[in-house]
Amino acid sequence: MTQLALVIDLNVCVGCHACVTSCKQWNTSGWAGPLADHNPYGAGPTGTFFNRVQTFEVGRFPATETLHFPKSCLHCEEPPCVPVCPTGASYKRPDNGVVLVDYDKCIGCKYCSWSCPYGAREYDELERVMKKCTLCIDRILDLTLPERERKPACVLACPTSARLFGDVHDPDSEVSIAIRERGGYALMPEWGTQPANHYLPRRKARLHIDPDELKRVDNPLRREDLTRYTGEEAVDDVAW
Amino acid sequence: MHPALSVLFLTTLIGAGQGLFLALYTGQLYALAQLLPAQGSGFYVGGSVLALGLLVLGLVASFFHLGRPERAWRTATKWRTSWLSREVIVLPAVMGLVALYGLAHALELTARPWFTLAGILPVDATLVVGLLGTLATFALYGATAMIYASVRFLPEWHSPLTVANFLLLGLASGFLLAAAYSAWLGNELVTFFGFWAVVATGLGLVTRGASLRRLGRIKPKSSPQTAIGIRHRTLVQIAQGATAGSFNTREFFHGASPATLQWVRRLFLMLVFPLPVLLLVVGHALASRWLPLVAFGVQYLGLLLERWSFFAEARHPQNLYYQGVA
Repeated sequence: MTQLALVIDLNVCVGCHACVTSCKQWNTSGWAGPLADHNPYGAGPTGTFFNRVQTFEVGRFPATETLHFPKSCLHCEEPPCVPVCPTGASYKRPDNGVVLVDYDKCIGCKYCSWSCPYGAREYDELERVMKKCTLCIDRILDLTLPERERKPACVLACPTSARLFGDVHDPDSEVSIAIRERGGYALMPEWGTQPANHYLPRRKARLHIDPDELKRVDNPLRREDLTRYTGEEAVDDVAW
Repeated sequence: MHPALSVLFLTTLIGAGQGLFLALYTGQLYALAQLLPAQGSGFYVGGSVLALGLLVLGLVASFFHLGRPERAWRTATKWRTSWLSREVIVLPAVMGLVALYGLAHALELTARPWFTLAGILPVDATLVVGLLGTLATFALYGATAMIYASVRFLPEWHSPLTVANFLLLGLASGFLLAAAYSAWLGNELVTFFGFWAVVATGLGLVTRGASLRRLGRIKPKSSPQTAIGIRHRTLVQIAQGATAGSFNTREFFHGASPATLQWVRRLFLMLVFPLPVLLLVVGHALASRWLPLVAFGVQYLGLLLERWSFFAEARHPQNLYYQGVA
């Protein structure tokens, strides 16, 4: 079985919001659109987005670190939002595991959003239905596009390649290898939702050097040898 | 959680309507057993119309919660997995049975029993429809409460106490309305309905009190650390990914201060429990026509606040991603 998902590398994300804007652009113009905005050029702009980048500060000054955290639907393997839907508008595709909303069936009761611990769903005030990340389903399955473009808009837009896309059930896929070898983790594992999307942790490019490595005990160059040689010693007698 | 007015009105109005119907039917059964004086059909017809009116008002209120009410018929399809779907199926069933019950009384079908059970109990249409209505009413209390109790992400709701509260507070409200209705008609059943209203209110105080005690002891399962997966004690949110809020900052926050939560809690504890009982007792002593009605009004107001508090005190784990609002 296939389970398409994103793997987001927090070590590389610079918080540029390119994934947010490209997601909005693609999805507001296509099958899922329009993603309504309210007061977009006014004092309090708000609207529907599938993807947001949040920023956290870890630690206390001066020992702090800024963490940019892209957040979208995690396409859970056990999606709690699906069974609660009274109309069947929320569903998980059996062929590729993408969790979707049928906008023609949704009644906008918002009950699914209560059943998502990640706050991944956003209600569209204009269309009056619940919306969420589609993993650009209308793009990744479009065979008229060249193969390299059959990826979610956010993945193609990311300038640092912090977003990987693929089948997390295929052990040899790029995403599976990244999760396995670079410490990929799921959000809020305590709820048993088994998110398909994973995050790669931040890593420090810090080299650990042992003092021993800098100062060898038997280093012949450790101290200048000031002994005056008078012929009783040969070079071979020096301890290396 | 954000308390939506439509849901506050839906749950309180249908709770009272269901309770009123159960009160009427209980009264009829007692009268049948000759424990209470028998009533004319007008009493049941009027009561059924009142109960049906409350149920209809509740249904109308619920439509204001939906973005696309014109598609509401679709909600009946997923009854296997969704409590919301089950409620949507049972609510019209209850309304239909209450209407039939009133109609059967209006046609005076009590005078034409279908058969006699064990030689003493004449079974007529009202008795059968009333029994089916009672079953449907209890199912509706369960379905409505389970919509909230089944959300496992909200530990404040995810408890059998939620079901007990919806049931008992609905019964209290309905029996109190039945008492007010009887008092208004100058009917002697006011004592019977009033007694059961006080019993349900007392039991409701026990379960609601227990749920309030439970609230203070809940330890959230998720933390900022599990939400973003960073093991550090100090995690401060700098940006939420939206300039002026989003659906997430509106739907899951009540926007009221902790002080407001406190006084709403105190106020509803006064308005739902001691005050209506006091008014009912005084009304009984004075044989007042309108004091039981005031008691119902006071308790209904209290129940609206109770439901508001029920929503506002539930803290959703998604709020960890929106610390700036909380």
